[in-house]
Amino acid sequence: MINNELNKLDSGLLDIIADFDQTSVGAYNVRKNGQSVQRSSTENVTITSKTDKAGIDIFIKPGTKNETIYIPVIITESGVEEMVYNDFFIGEDSDVLIVAGCGIHNCGDQKSEHNGVHTFHIGKNARIKYVEKHYGDGDGNGERIMNPQTKIFMDENSHCEMETVQIKGVDSTVRENTAALKAGATLILTERMMTHGDQTANSDVLISLDGEGASARVISRTVAKDNSVQVFYPKVIGNSACKAHVQCDSIIMDNAKVRSIPEISANHPDAQLVHEAAIGKIAGEQLIKLMTLGLNEEQAEEVILQDFLR
Amino acid sequence: MLELKNVCFEIESEKGKIKIINDISLTLDDGKFVVITGPNGSGKSTLAKLIMGIEKPTSGQILLDGTDITNMSINERANLGIGYAFQQPPRFKGMTVRALLSLAHGSELPEHECCTYLTNVGLCSKDYLNREVDTGLSGGEVKRIEIATLMARELKLAIYDEPEAGIDLWSFAMLVDSFKAISKNKHESVIIISHQERIMKLADEIVILENGKIKKQGAQEELFSAILSELQNECDFGRDKEE
Repeated sequence: MINNELNKLDSGLLDIIADFDQTSVGAYNVRKNGQSVQRSSTENVTITSKTDKAGIDIFIKPGTKNETIYIPVIITESGVEEMVYNDFFIGEDSDVLIVAGCGIHNCGDQKSEHNGVHTFHIGKNARIKYVEKHYGDGDGNGERIMNPQTKIFMDENSHCEMETVQIKGVDSTVRENTAALKAGATLILTERMMTHGDQTANSDVLISLDGEGASARVISRTVAKDNSVQVFYPKVIGNSACKAHVQCDSIIMDNAKVRSIPEISANHPDAQLVHEAAIGKIAGEQLIKLMTLGLNEEQAEEVILQDFLR
Repeated sequence: MLELKNVCFEIESEKGKIKIINDISLTLDDGKFVVITGPNGSGKSTLAKLIMGIEKPTSGQILLDGTDITNMSINERANLGIGYAFQQPPRFKGMTVRALLSLAHGSELPEHECCTYLTNVGLCSKDYLNREVDTGLSGGEVKRIEIATLMARELKLAIYDEPEAGIDLWSFAMLVDSFKAISKNKHESVIIISHQERIMKLADEIVILENGKIKKQGAQEELFSAILSELQNECDFGRDKEE
């Protein structure tokens, strides 16, 4: 029998990853330990279970404005491994906020793993903002693994802002984002990540600017601490008169390793593509400046990292 | 009151030890407005850094209100009420101007107070509050924000290291007015490292450094005209033509 009740631990995780609680307004689907435990549709947003595999379809009616859709996932048992497919069909001219997120609390010794594939079909002139937070905790030896994939198909003049955040506790992550943009579509992809301990994180981005006037910005800010390893591979292909800016910034600390390999590739003479990448430690001057404001060295470091990942 | 007693600061170089600051003793009474001036390389910024604790003297003593602060850390001195505006302030990715000002102030600053501090340094505040203090701002903008962070603090002693550097003429006039207001208030002691006439004229006292030593020190009224005539005498360029 499925326990549909959300306990205190669940609520804590939901709050961290999605600012979600029982009073949140909008359509939602809460997935816990491999099962949908709570769901609500609204007049404009319909959520249905997939029949051929795990996951849900989310239909947003054309012209839907100012609605928020929550689809958090939590894993609180050790040894849960899942592969979930969530497909979003976003109607023309709509304007919505989608809050996703995955929290794993693993107190056991077996690994807990969430693999999610989110596909977005964004209609003409539609605007979406997608926010995704990843978080892990629990004092067991079991690994906490998250491998998210997003596939974005953007119709003409649509707009998508995607923010992904992974701040703590995920042992291993392989992230894959792909997007294809038609004429006039704009995509802003922001990634924030902090790894610590022996964690590893790989992030691949592949954006294809196919239509005239399409534009994309990729902003990646990461902090690598302890012995963690990060690899970034953002790639933007310009197939038309389009614009793109890729910016990868990493702060490296302790014995961490960071590889950043931005690639821009133009197949059209009017494609304007720019990339910037930087890896470096916190500058001594920055610490000194904050210490002259009364912070000690640890506090100064904390403030610098917090703002950098903001 | 700030007292420097026989302060020396040496660095090691290939040619042996170099004295950057050579036996400086100085007393700064509460509420005084002092301008330190002198040629490049005379040790002005080093002296400021020694007072803030960014550098430690090789010998000598620094006292604030009778307490020996020579071995105190930067943040301990900051918490005693010493502030320092960098000549070349660092930038912070992701930190907004408002967050930096609040951090300086010690608590969240209401919008209108942030705006006052920014206006005082010639920045149109609404445009800046939520901007990040990173490479998107020009050198002059970062510099003015740096000065505003000092003005946002309650200090016993504020040190400004060449506040005029990199600032356009219009903003400079604004800045001079702000320093004028500070000098009238007499709440805090102020040390400004500067080469600007208009800033020197605000001072109660001027200290001229040369080769790490105090060359001259005295009331602004006495020293200012001496500096000007000295500068005029020093440059012989073009003099032949007039003769």
